[in-house]
Amino acid sequence: MSTTSTSGDRKAPPVRKGGAPPGRGTAGRRKREFTTRRGLVIAAFMAPAAVFVAVFTYYPMIAGSQMAFRNWNLTDLTDTSWVGLKNFRDVFTDPAWSTVLDNTVLWVVGSIVPQLVIGFAIALWLRRRFRFRGLYQALIFFPWAISGFLIGILFRWLFNSEFGVVNDLLQRAGLIDEPIAWLADPRTAMIAVLVANVWYGVTFFAIMILAALQSVPDELYEAAALDGASRTRTLFQITIPYIRVTLALTVLLRVIWIFNFPDLIFGMTGGGPNNETHIVTTWMIKITQQGDYGKASALGLLVVAILLVFAVFFLLATRERGTATHGAKKRGVRA
Amino acid sequence: MIGKETTAGRATKFTFLGLWLVFSLFPLYWITITSLKAPGDIFTFPIAYWPERFSLENYQGLFGTADFGTYLVNSLVVATVAGVVATAISTLSAYVLARFEFRTKSALLMAALVTQMIPSFIALGPLYLLMTDLRLVDNRLGLILVYIAVCVPFCTVMLRGFFANVPDALEEAAMIDGLSRFGALVRVLLPVMRPGIVAAFIFNFVNCWNELFLSVTLMNSDENKTVPTALNGFISSFNIDWGSMSAAAVLTILPTMVLFAFASRHIVQGLTSGAVKG
Repeated sequence: MSTTSTSGDRKAPPVRKGGAPPGRGTAGRRKREFTTRRGLVIAAFMAPAAVFVAVFTYYPMIAGSQMAFRNWNLTDLTDTSWVGLKNFRDVFTDPAWSTVLDNTVLWVVGSIVPQLVIGFAIALWLRRRFRFRGLYQALIFFPWAISGFLIGILFRWLFNSEFGVVNDLLQRAGLIDEPIAWLADPRTAMIAVLVANVWYGVTFFAIMILAALQSVPDELYEAAALDGASRTRTLFQITIPYIRVTLALTVLLRVIWIFNFPDLIFGMTGGGPNNETHIVTTWMIKITQQGDYGKASALGLLVVAILLVFAVFFLLATRERGTATHGAKKRGVRA
Repeated sequence: MIGKETTAGRATKFTFLGLWLVFSLFPLYWITITSLKAPGDIFTFPIAYWPERFSLENYQGLFGTADFGTYLVNSLVVATVAGVVATAISTLSAYVLARFEFRTKSALLMAALVTQMIPSFIALGPLYLLMTDLRLVDNRLGLILVYIAVCVPFCTVMLRGFFANVPDALEEAAMIDGLSRFGALVRVLLPVMRPGIVAAFIFNFVNCWNELFLSVTLMNSDENKTVPTALNGFISSFNIDWGSMSAAAVLTILPTMVLFAFASRHIVQGLTSGAVKG
């Protein structure tokens, strides 16, 4: 949960109730008057946070990164020599690698798309006030209090082949004749973990999109209604373009987050059956537990590289589409 | 979207919202019902959606044969201490980041964000070695220190958003009245921001309470296990005992659910603030 924030990139926080813009003016004055004192205050207030994060997060992360280029196996720590790209070759030549990669793509896309669509629909439906809306929001927020690992366990029980309710309900509805051994077959197991992740993640999209929707000025809708625009047209030509930035940012952060989210699969299938539902991060944990820190670190660096490339392409793509619609709008106006 | 609503539109809307609500709550209902069945009744056909008799046997087993009380206490201690300290530390850093302009500020914010992007498992191995050197493996203090570091970056960013909503004239006035900057922060700002700070603490607490991989890596002995580590032990054995598993799951989920119910509004505000630029 803690891995997602969009607040960090905020440059100018909105100021409520007409307060002065925070910082700037007064800070500038202070800068001239008590520079040393001001520096000390900043350093003293930042120090505890900086020390903790440096020692327990950054140091292990950097140490972990260099292990990717060394022979570092807990089974034999006498030889920790530099081995160049050997660990990366080990990853690529591992027979599990292609399955892991396929699963990761399926896991990310198969989770994000339904989460986004259902979350968007719920946000649109929650936009108008109705009685018990607050209660409704609080109730659908509940899955968020549960850890990914426990959600895996919950759904492991629901998808249990003998005494699971999923089979029972499907049989009662006449959709299947025989109970399905969901988690024993890699294909159905992937469907099951995706269902669990959609259950978990929709709320996040609903919350973010609802907040964004509330920023769309009513005048735009009134104008659209006057022009006789249909609901679908209003959605695609006013609502979505208006909240485009939030949408793109939310999707980007969620992709990164889901990519790095092994907990659910770990609790639900443990990567099984036969290691065939591993995604990159669950596989990485398994390799770490086997003691091959070098190979696990190589995998970690690959994840960072993949996500960086993805983030750059994603930002470029969403920006381009943005300017394209903007240009079209301008042309429309001129015509 | 916000225009007039047709009756058919309303019917569709509430049908879907209703279905989603049922889907959202059913897994929670089911794990609770399972935990309240007598162990023998869990594995009977047809599956009972409402048991004929309720039983606390699964819960008694957890505290009798398994040492679940110890795990609960461990989790409670670790999550509370780490949550409190992380919130306090983050309050200081968030305050500075919200109120001052300085050269390294954007670099510091970037450093906080990077910790959220990189898979933390890359640090698991080296962290274990570091904690071994510090003699803090299998030690609750060690886990607390690590959890503080995990919580601080996001908590700082979240609290910074809350600080930005409080006009800085407030502590200016307090400082003119003779309070130090720290005094103004503690005596004037914090009371105003209490809901936000409580939400940040709850967020930290829940994250530590739920954390699995660090705890599995660092805590070996049974007496030091946290609840998620113990649950992981339950599934490692070949056959899962769903009776005690469901009871343990309910006991793990319940406190976080209560806390979230209290703070969800503020947590939502912390998550969405800044994301909405239109």
